[in-house]
Amino acid sequence: MTAATHPAAGGAAAGKTDPVLVVEDLEVEFATDSGWLGVLDGVSFAVGRGETVGIVGESGSGKTVTSLAALGLLPPHSSRIPRGSVRLDGVELVGMPRRKLEAIRGDDISMIFQEPMTSLNPAFKVGDQIAEVVRRHRGGSWRSAMARAVEVLSEVGIPNAAQRARSFPHEFSGGMRQRVMIAMAMACQPKVIIADEPTTALDVTIQAQVLDLMRRMSEEHGTAVVFVTHDLGVVADICDRAVVMYAGQVVEQAEVDDLYHRPRHPYTAALMTAMPQLTGRSGRLATIPGRTPAPGSMPPGCRFHPRCAHALDTCRAGDDGAGGRVAIRELDGGRTSRCLRVHELTLEGTE
Amino acid sequence: MSAATLDEREALETPELSAKARFWRRFRRQVPALLALGWLALVVLASIIAPLLATHPPLEQDLGAVLRAPGQDGHLLGSDDLGRDVYTRALYAGRISLVAAAQAVAVAIALGVVPGLVAGYAGRRVDSVIMRITDGVMCFPPLILAIAFVGVLGPSLTNAMFVIGVIFAPRFVRLVRGSVLSVRQETFIEASRSIGTPTHRVIRRHVVPNVLSPLIVQISLAAAMAMLAEASLSFLGLGVQPPDASWGSMIERGFRYTAAAPWLTVFPGLLIALTVLAFNVLGDGLRDSLGREERRAA
Amino acid sequence: MLQYTVKRVLMMVPLLFLVSLGVFALVLLIPGDPAITIAGENATVAEIEATRERLGFNDPVIVQYLGWAGSALTGDLGTSLFSNESVTGAILGRFPVTISVAAAAMTVALLIAVPAGIIAAVHRGRWPDRLATLLASIGISMPNFWVGILLIIVLALMFPIFPAVGYTPITDGVGAWAWGLVLPGITLGTTVAAEITRQLRGSLHDVMQQDYIRTARANGLRGGVIIAKHGLKNAAVPVVTVIGFQVGFLLGGSVIVERVFGLPGLGDLAIRAVLQRDIPMIQGIVVVTALVVMLINLAVDLSYGYLNPKVRQQG
Repeated sequence: MTAATHPAAGGAAAGKTDPVLVVEDLEVEFATDSGWLGVLDGVSFAVGRGETVGIVGESGSGKTVTSLAALGLLPPHSSRIPRGSVRLDGVELVGMPRRKLEAIRGDDISMIFQEPMTSLNPAFKVGDQIAEVVRRHRGGSWRSAMARAVEVLSEVGIPNAAQRARSFPHEFSGGMRQRVMIAMAMACQPKVIIADEPTTALDVTIQAQVLDLMRRMSEEHGTAVVFVTHDLGVVADICDRAVVMYAGQVVEQAEVDDLYHRPRHPYTAALMTAMPQLTGRSGRLATIPGRTPAPGSMPPGCRFHPRCAHALDTCRAGDDGAGGRVAIRELDGGRTSRCLRVHELTLEGTE
Repeated sequence: MSAATLDEREALETPELSAKARFWRRFRRQVPALLALGWLALVVLASIIAPLLATHPPLEQDLGAVLRAPGQDGHLLGSDDLGRDVYTRALYAGRISLVAAAQAVAVAIALGVVPGLVAGYAGRRVDSVIMRITDGVMCFPPLILAIAFVGVLGPSLTNAMFVIGVIFAPRFVRLVRGSVLSVRQETFIEASRSIGTPTHRVIRRHVVPNVLSPLIVQISLAAAMAMLAEASLSFLGLGVQPPDASWGSMIERGFRYTAAAPWLTVFPGLLIALTVLAFNVLGDGLRDSLGREERRAA
Repeated sequence: MLQYTVKRVLMMVPLLFLVSLGVFALVLLIPGDPAITIAGENATVAEIEATRERLGFNDPVIVQYLGWAGSALTGDLGTSLFSNESVTGAILGRFPVTISVAAAAMTVALLIAVPAGIIAAVHRGRWPDRLATLLASIGISMPNFWVGILLIIVLALMFPIFPAVGYTPITDGVGAWAWGLVLPGITLGTTVAAEITRQLRGSLHDVMQQDYIRTARANGLRGGVIIAKHGLKNAAVPVVTVIGFQVGFLLGGSVIVERVFGLPGLGDLAIRAVLQRDIPMIQGIVVVTALVVMLINLAVDLSYGYLNPKVRQQG
């Protein structure tokens, strides 16, 4: 076995040469009536400059918590980060004073959310909302900030940007609002954008347009994108590399092509069979049996074993044989997997 | 915060419990509401057994011992300008204040619930006529309207409380109408109507249980307001008439001796404030203990 | 926006009609023969008949209503039965006092409620919130005349800082005018402050959970700016509604405050009219206050157009 015991070793792969964002051994806990409860367990990954990385998982896998934690956006009193580090261009964000963190958010790193319909403030014109962000980080006059707002709005493909900047959010369609959100996130040309399911709420045709736009913006400005999604198809479409999350842990990391052709974790393989448009197999819509475990009731050993078709008693026993956690295994080609049987199994991928 | 984090935390809470069990479980944790309930029980009990608790006959005057400070000459809370025992009078006044508040709330419910049911159920034209009328009533500053009515009908506690009830009725109309409308949207009602269940049965089986909890909350809050309104009208001399006294009219009388005998205003005012506070806190506690949907309807 | 305004003004017409009908109907509620009530119990038959004739009680009800409503539209609310003073004149003479008291109360209320509501909303569930909520509950529960009396006892009698009674017109000096309004303002403002605090706490807290607040935070806007600009503007609609409701309460409450502090305002006039059964005066006061409430509600509705751009378009 080549199991690497140090959890931070998951840093890995393409990001390692010149990473702009490094998440290392991140743990997050939420307050409950019965005390603090862990929802993220040793999450580690890195994002290279200009790279697009997908974070994939079902709802409840911790992918959104990971992205919120990276920006320090978790609710301050009901959550905490007991361990771990998030470094943006070498600067530690975890534990950074609020004021300093505020100055970095929207400037060096920004975020796009799932719901374009509710993510813009209904009471202010879109141009004003973007200009406000520009002035916050770049200073200068209102007029120059507004000019920058119009510039990004036209860059994201909003026709008549100068005029539309004076419109209120409710005067835009969902797809157009998501373009506005992208414009706002791009306004200060951040090094990293975290996009949390940015296309999930949109129509399929609009989805494709927004994905194209994000790819184009990322390429033109060299912005690294962390793409949080439950949709492996989107990952295949836009990402260089994928980080698969399950029950608060990273379970597999690989280049997108490698991941799809030859998944090394049964959960990844199961996710792919659950998506007929990916596998091309028709007639049978596979689903993964069971549900994502809730924090506080995690199964012993491998967290996926109750739903895994390949599970053995050893999976339940974990690395220490007593139900302890399963560590990340470093594999060839800069890949990682959190499967105990990774070297025994041959899992089916896609073409 | 975010949808995902909330989902994850929600999942941690204990799920399915019956509505009643959930209510009691939540309500028992509301310490302020329990204290409020205790205080109200105490006030009601004291009003009922006032003759047993009183130290003096309620109307007995003693012109030889007027404006005694609390504790003097056997007057627990002092005596007023006619030498009457403030403690005893407060006990009997509590009866009148409580009954008056109950009257007003009863009038408001009587006048509010049926139009609310009709407006919510009949819809369209009937609804808009009823709602216009409630809008009209709500245009008048409540106290001014009450004063005007009492002015026309003549000052008496019954008149005052009737008017207060009329003024509060639109709140109940709106509350009941809102609940009916929200219940009507539910599919099971549609189904029940489509198989020809008679209207009165739909109301009894589906609407009434749904309206009940916000109604109870509103009754508690309305009792608080009615008590304040009674006190205000009595303070203005438009409510209870001598020799009867309510806490409000005790303050009115004491107000003339503010400088010489502040206790004449302080004690009855404290009783009003505490009792009204108790009704408010109880109402809030009930609202917080009732389920999410009921809370929205309230 | 213009269309919206016009539409909203037109909506007042039926309401105004209903209100006038209600006020007029007050006369019909007088138990027994209103002419006897008005002329006094010791009046002779001839005097009663003269009263009946003078007040038009012999005409059909419709004619009476049209006559009363017609002159009301021209600003003539009739004549006091006792002083022969014009009702409109008497009301106008008392209005500045009541407006001053109401304005003082609203100022006090906002000075307390806005900071308290924000603090409670931001620290929801923790001790500043619990404290603010408790104080708001107490503020709503205290009879305001009692608060006024306590204030007089402490701040005018024990420590003579403020005047206990009386009103200084603003023409006699702004300072003296304002000084005399401090205690009445606190008396009446406590309840309003409590109501606004509760509403602001609730709606601001709801707004702070919204996605666009998260967007603002994700883009690095400062915490204070997010609350004061993005939060308050969106939280304002229900708060402004409550403020509008409170105007009715202020007008009614000023009756009590004027009594406690001996201020010669509309409330004082109302009490006097009620005790004298001066029906035209009572009607006049009720109509005027209802009109004020309606105008405030109109202003509130128009402010929605500013606060919520969606309303503007829907016209």
